Formats: sequence, C-alpha cells, structure tokens
Amino acid sequence: MISAKNISKKFGGKQVLFSISFDVNKGEILGFLGPNAAGKTTAMRILTCFLLPNEGTATVAGFDILEQSIDVRRNIGYMPESPPIYPEMSVQSYLEFVAWIKGIKMKDIPKRIDAVMEKTSITHVRDRICGRLSKGYRQRVGLAQALIHNPPVLILDEPTSGLDPKQIIEVRELIKGLAGEHTVIVSTHILPEVKLTCERVIIINNGWIVAQGTPENLTQKIKGKERLQLEIGGPGEEVKNALRNVPGVANVQIEIHELDGCFKYIVETEVKADIKKNLARIIADNKWDLYEMRTLGMTLEEIFMRYTTGETFTEKEA
Amino acid sequence: MNNIWAILQRELRSYFVSPLAYGIIVGFLIVTGFMFYISLGYFLTMVNSTIMEANIYRTPPPPVNVNESVISPVFRSISFISLLLLAMITMRLFAEEKKMMTIELLFTSPVTTFQMIMGKYLAGLALYVIMLIPTSVYCIILFIFGEPEILPIFTGYLGLLLIGAVLISIGLLVSSFTENQLIAVALSLSIFLLLWMIDWPADIIGQPAISSLLTYISLPSHFYDFTNGVLDSKHILYYLSIIVLSFYLTQRSLESMRWRS
Repeated sequence: MISAKNISKKFGGKQVLFSISFDVNKGEILGFLGPNAAGKTTAMRILTCFLLPNEGTATVAGFDILEQSIDVRRNIGYMPESPPIYPEMSVQSYLEFVAWIKGIKMKDIPKRIDAVMEKTSITHVRDRICGRLSKGYRQRVGLAQALIHNPPVLILDEPTSGLDPKQIIEVRELIKGLAGEHTVIVSTHILPEVKLTCERVIIINNGWIVAQGTPENLTQKIKGKERLQLEIGGPGEEVKNALRNVPGVANVQIEIHELDGCFKYIVETEVKADIKKNLARIIADNKWDLYEMRTLGMTLEEIFMRYTTGETFTEKEA
Repeated sequence: MNNIWAILQRELRSYFVSPLAYGIIVGFLIVTGFMFYISLGYFLTMVNSTIMEANIYRTPPPPVNVNESVISPVFRSISFISLLLLAMITMRLFAEEKKMMTIELLFTSPVTTFQMIMGKYLAGLALYVIMLIPTSVYCIILFIFGEPEILPIFTGYLGLLLIGAVLISIGLLVSSFTENQLIAVALSLSIFLLLWMIDWPADIIGQPAISSLLTYISLPSHFYDFTNGVLDSKHILYYLSIIVLSFYLTQRSLESMRWRS
C-alpha cells in the first residue's frame, strides 16, 4: 500500500533523511519510533506530499508522490503533530470545510461528519469554537479531520501527545480498530504505545532506519545474547570469577554489592546456550547459597536505547 | 472550482468573525465619506461664487461639471485609501495559514496550489467589493441633487476594482513570503506606496526614456483615465499583467515551501 524507495531529504545543508526505504502492507499498522528530531515527521510529510524529497520517491495507494500528488492526497488522511485547525471556526464548520476540500460529495458531508464525530467522541463539542478547545479535544478534532474522507491510508504524527491517560487508551483503541480496513503509519516516541498498537516497527535515528520488524522480533534479535540475573550468598569477587569460568559465559558483573551478605550478578551468555544448570552446579559445589536465578527479558525501551544511543548491534552479534 | 469556492467561503467567513473586516470597512467609509464631504463643500462654494459673479455681470451662469470637480477627486482619494487598507486585508491570507500550520492541511488535501491562490485571492477581492458598495451612496446623493454623467462613474468603479485587484494580488504574494503578519503588512505597504509614487521624480529626471518608463510602471497613472470616463485597453492590460505575474510568483513562492521545512 505504501512503498518508499531511497528517500533522502536535506534542509539547507543539513541532511535529515538518509536513503530511507520501507514498505507497508494493506491493512497494516506501522509504528515510526525514534527520539525527537529523528526524521519521523519529515518522512511523514514527504509521504503526504507536504514536502518533496531531494532523492528517491514513494508510492501511496498505487500513486507516485511526485507525479500523482493530487491522487495521493485524495487517498491519505494526515494528522500533523499540531492539529491544523482554524481557531476561529466551530468544530462543525471546520469539519465541513475539510470534507469539502477533501472532495466528499455535498450530500454525503453531514453523514460523514456525524460518523467521524462519533468515532472520535467529539459530538458534544460540535458547536464549540476550535480555538477554545482543550489540547485533548483539538487532538481529536485533528484525528476526525484525517478520517473524514475515510481514506485507505492514514498517517498520524504522534496522535496521543497531549492526551490524558483515558483518552490515550481511547485513541489507541481507535487506531487499532482502523487496522484491516486502513493502512496506518503512526509515529511516536512512547514505547509502550508501539507495543500496544503496532504490528510492525521502524526505528529511526538521526535520519537512518536503524531497525525494523515486529516488536517481538526486535526483542528477539537482541536477545540472542541472553542475560541472567543471579542472587548468590558468598564472597563477591570469588563467585564472580567462578561464574566467569563457566563455559559459554561472556561477561559477569556485580550489579548490587552486598545485601545481607548476598550479591546480585548479571551474567551475559556468549551464544544462546543453556548454561543455567552449569551455573547452578558451580554454586552448589562451592556451597554458596543461590537465592535467585532468572532470565532478563529485553524490554522495548532497552532495545530502543541500544539502537538510538550509538550502542551498535551488528547482524552477526545478533 | 469546488475547492476554490470552499476556500473563498472559509476566508470570507473568517474575515467577518474577527473585528478586522468591520474595522476596515468602517474606517474606509468614514475617511472616504469625509473626502466626499470636503470635495462637495469646495464644489458648492465654487458654484456659489460663479453664480454671484454671473449675477454681478448679469450674464448666464457658466456650466459646472460635477464629475470633474467632485467624482473624479473622490475616486482618486478612494483609490489611495484602498491602498492603505488592502495591505491589511491581504496580510493574513497566507501568513496566518503558515503560522497556524493549517497550510499543512491545504497542502496535503487534494487542492492544487492554483486553487488555493484563487480561493484566497477572490476572498480578498470580495471583501474589497463589499467595502466599495456603500460608497455608491455618495453618487446617489449627487444624482438626487444634480445631474452627473453616469459613464465616468461606471468606468471609475471599474478602475477602482482593477487597481484593487492588482494590489490584492501583490499583497497575496507578499503574504506567502512570511508567517508574520506584521512583516507582511509592512512589506506590502512599502511596495504599494513605491508603485504609487514611482513616477513622482519623472519630471526631474533628464532622460525621457526613464521618465516614461516610471510613468508606465506607476499604478495611479493608469487609473486617472478611468475616473474621467475613458476606457483604454492599454491600462487594463497593464493591470492584468501585474495580476498574472503576481499569481505566478505566489505559486512559485508556495511551491518552494515544499523544499524547505
């Protein structure tokens, strides 16, 4: 449904996107994940024809963003980071205007407005002036605006920013409900959101795509190197050295020193090998007390941090 | 066409929800009404003195021309006051969209740049026409108390419409340069005034080629014929070509936004 090929973008002398390529299948929800100023918004603006790429191109719903810009726009609903509302208009007349320029037939406009207002729960503020709405409501009007022509492709730039927890859950549910019928790209820098709403994630950092895959997949990739946490009662350094000598152990570090004569260790394995029983045996042989041994799961936060803070992972390592 | 109409309607509505449009219209009518009152006052004193002279010399009073003495000067004043106010009408057209980032909505909707420009341009022009309509009261007053010629009034309004159309197209262009309305209004006003006064040094410049060029560029030099009831295609052509040029440059200016952030 969406296919971006080698998109690069420069602002002045500063390159903000480096040859980005990706595909989104029909009915899929794709998450753009990355720190602020990573290039998420720029990528979205290029897909929605607001900006032109310096190199590369993309097709959206079968239309080329450079050659068939108007057709692309007809098939896209876009919600920018700050909702593009006219502060002096009422919600109702604003949506009428948007419906109009999106090319909805006159007779269908009232029906469509009712439908999106219902969907985004703004029916009760339809006569309020947009400029007087709270941030949360503006955000929802922005979402309503993107949905009004029922476009096959939706591009939402941080749709949950500025909402309260209840509203965030509502909007996430709404986005999830769009899958299947609509193809959606959502950008966010909030990690749990990606896990909850997206089927696939692209992590962007400094204009590069640093990783892509399903959230589970990404977790797995880094987890190839397993980490274990152990709590052992015994002489710290001695235990550490003994653990280090177990075959398959890559690294051992003492996490927390002496807690009632007991130390916490983080053991990293070299390859995915079951070394738990070997570790247990060493501990038992030395008559140390084993209080805890568990595998540490890699959270999406950790993956994100590792990908975006310069800690590199080569494919081989993974 | 539909898109142009949608944008035009939205613009007009937003003019009238803010006090700006009312302020401009009221200010415009007060100042032009005052000008009309002064011109009429001068004209009446002049008529009285010629009648008195005629009585003294026992000759029939010479004919006086209300078109020449009242209507033509009033049209010229209206054109100058329009110049000042049109900068305020056009300043927000694109600048505000850029500031509020609503331009993102327009650019990502199936609306062409030309439709955007036309919608906004016609909205500005419509407001200008709305401003001009009440000034017809001045003419009606003259018709009630005198016998002015009707043709120069029609051509005068046509001239006002054209000169306004030119100014609005330039103001629209300037508004597309910036997101700051104050900068837009200051810059438009400077350009308007320059185009207004550019032929003033025509007489002191020795070279006739440059003098005639300056006179040709000057906006009002093409306007005076209209107020005297003369319709000349060369003036109309001049105004239309500036409008087309402004549209073209506005289009370029907006398209260039898609390269920047």
